[in-house]
Amino acid sequence: MSEWNLAQLPWLPKPPADFGARLGTIRGDPAGRGISLLRLAGTSLNASQLGRVAGVVEASRRESIDLSPLIPFRLGLLSNATMDLIGPALVASALRYGIALEVVVAPYDQAVQHALDPDSALNRAKLDGVLALLDHRAYPFQRVAFGDPASARKALEGAVAHLEAIRDGIRTGCGAPLILQTLADIPESLFGSYDLLVDGTCRSLVRTFNDRVVDLVREGDDYLLDVAHIAQCVGLENWHDPQHWNMYKLPFAQPLVPLLADHVGRLLGAIRGRSRKCLVLDLDNTLWGGVIGDDGLDGIVVGQGDPSGESYLEVQRTALALSGRGIVLAVSSKNDEAICRTAFRDHPDMLLREDNIAVLQANWSDKASNLEAIAATLNIGLDALVLLDDNPAERAQVRDALPQVAVPELPPEPALFARTLLAAGYFEAVGFAHEDLRRSEQYRMNAQRARLQAGARDLTSYLQSLQMEICFASFDPLGRARIAQLINKSNQFNLTARRYSEAEVARIEHDRDAVTLQVRLRDVFGDNGMISVIICRAGENGDWDLDTWLMSCRVLGRCVEQAVLNELAIRVSARGGRRLIGRFIPSGRNELVRDHYRKLGFDLLREDAAATVWALDLASYRARETPMTTVDANEASAGLLSE
Amino acid sequence: MTTEELYTKLTPIFRDVFDDESLAPHPAMTAAEVESWDSLSNIRLIVDIEQRFKIHFTTAEITGLANVGELVAVIERKLVG
Repeated sequence: MSEWNLAQLPWLPKPPADFGARLGTIRGDPAGRGISLLRLAGTSLNASQLGRVAGVVEASRRESIDLSPLIPFRLGLLSNATMDLIGPALVASALRYGIALEVVVAPYDQAVQHALDPDSALNRAKLDGVLALLDHRAYPFQRVAFGDPASARKALEGAVAHLEAIRDGIRTGCGAPLILQTLADIPESLFGSYDLLVDGTCRSLVRTFNDRVVDLVREGDDYLLDVAHIAQCVGLENWHDPQHWNMYKLPFAQPLVPLLADHVGRLLGAIRGRSRKCLVLDLDNTLWGGVIGDDGLDGIVVGQGDPSGESYLEVQRTALALSGRGIVLAVSSKNDEAICRTAFRDHPDMLLREDNIAVLQANWSDKASNLEAIAATLNIGLDALVLLDDNPAERAQVRDALPQVAVPELPPEPALFARTLLAAGYFEAVGFAHEDLRRSEQYRMNAQRARLQAGARDLTSYLQSLQMEICFASFDPLGRARIAQLINKSNQFNLTARRYSEAEVARIEHDRDAVTLQVRLRDVFGDNGMISVIICRAGENGDWDLDTWLMSCRVLGRCVEQAVLNELAIRVSARGGRRLIGRFIPSGRNELVRDHYRKLGFDLLREDAAATVWALDLASYRARETPMTTVDANEASAGLLSE
Repeated sequence: MTTEELYTKLTPIFRDVFDDESLAPHPAMTAAEVESWDSLSNIRLIVDIEQRFKIHFTTAEITGLANVGELVAVIERKLVG
């Protein structure tokens, strides 16, 4: 077990031996810098190396060098400790999650002043988020009388109020959401285990305070960084380094900077909708022990009663749990498909069954091609895939051919496979909507639709065979969480890529000058759930501006856009609108919809580098036929909307 | 490990910490002659050395160092002990 060290990010390959030289090459060549940086940052760099990579990111920004496909994020950093060594590590670690990060640090120990002053450098910096790294020393937890519930409560309420003041200051000052941290427990106990029963001990205050932080995040619009858990995972005696605090005011031990920074990176990625969606599993010696083609169905090792069999069972249990929270499962294996399927069908100890796997690619082609096929079948990007594979050669080949795919290193010990996969944080979430539960089922149905399409004579008959029902409703509280999730996660089919928080979506529900649509789609294979969101605002002279038009790529090519336009035309005309004005704002990831408005019959009004602007005259608009029936939202409330 | 080998192992650490591929540590080198050698990069240097050689410096050892030669002497003492 000693080889597996969480602090060294064991799921990442080691940095190249010629790291310094490679960095020099990247520095000298602006072309394709985004991808080159992403490759280099995808290794287990130490804090100094992360600092060097961050230097190149910062230089690129100063010199206006294009870092696409990375997306920008400006993060404010508030702390009661020294952040100078953490900031650069955040910048380099965020690269792994597709983000070109800029960090704006409030001066040491001036968190409150800078949060509350609307004119502070922080509040003027147009931030996308603010990370409040305030540990237990930021609060007066070590000056409370013991055994006095009143003063313990006062200290606690004071600490929560302090945090709320910072949050509200930032909200008013620059509108950015806050990332709050839970506090790491401290290793030093005064009463021993009894600490937790005495009012006013630092340890009991930390415990209660963390519950309050979770409540704040649950009730508000902010995000959670569970530092308490990270610290527990590495051990509190490793997390807290009194020497580093005393000498330099480092909030935790310097060797743990890469781990914390990676956690922040994955959180920012999740906020920007960059978390991975699909786990692709290898079979032999990953999902079971042995080689099924050689050892036969009876020869593979999986299941209770055998130590390595239980390790593989744990991999399956983990995959199943991920599937249960909406991660799609697929298989890519160099194998004979028929033989593989017998394992899923007939092996009594297998937890995973054919039903759990959306796409199964078992053949003798190279893994990279199979991964591309899986992404194409599921209609998701390669950057949504994670490949779990015990074979180092396959891992290296895929990393080299497809740098967008995440491929965790695995230790030789299969008992650590599941832990390694989960520690890597590929599936970081910042919300959990009801529809996530059914996501994997929906992707599986999609793969079935793809097979049906392959068998259909032509597109029209295929679309008709789907027997689609589309349902339109204005924004409402019931759909709010999913609407916000789509607004923040949809990248490809998203005309303007404008992001709104859940609170902003709630405000739009009541906006009398807006027509909003949440669109759901059901077909013969099942319910796709909410798949499209539109916000259209009244402008001048009967012009209605399409602020937001996005759609889930799962339903591409099914005429949903046309049906949406038909419905929009009706609703906006009824409000006295004369023209629809649409806008395509290139985000680097929405090339797919460059011609969206042209295809729908809009006329180009004007075009510049920032956007193309389109108009559709409503008086002359005639609804085009679509291969689906429209279900009234009220009528559907018993069915479609109730889930 | 000879002193020479120790310097060879220190070289990539110095280059990462001070972000300078041309840096080659030598006994008389001081913080004053390396542009980015400040109190913060000094923490990185100490921590990277601790991790690389699996040793630990006391606060007194860190604060009392005058040049790279003295640093190397402390490392050698710890590696023997």
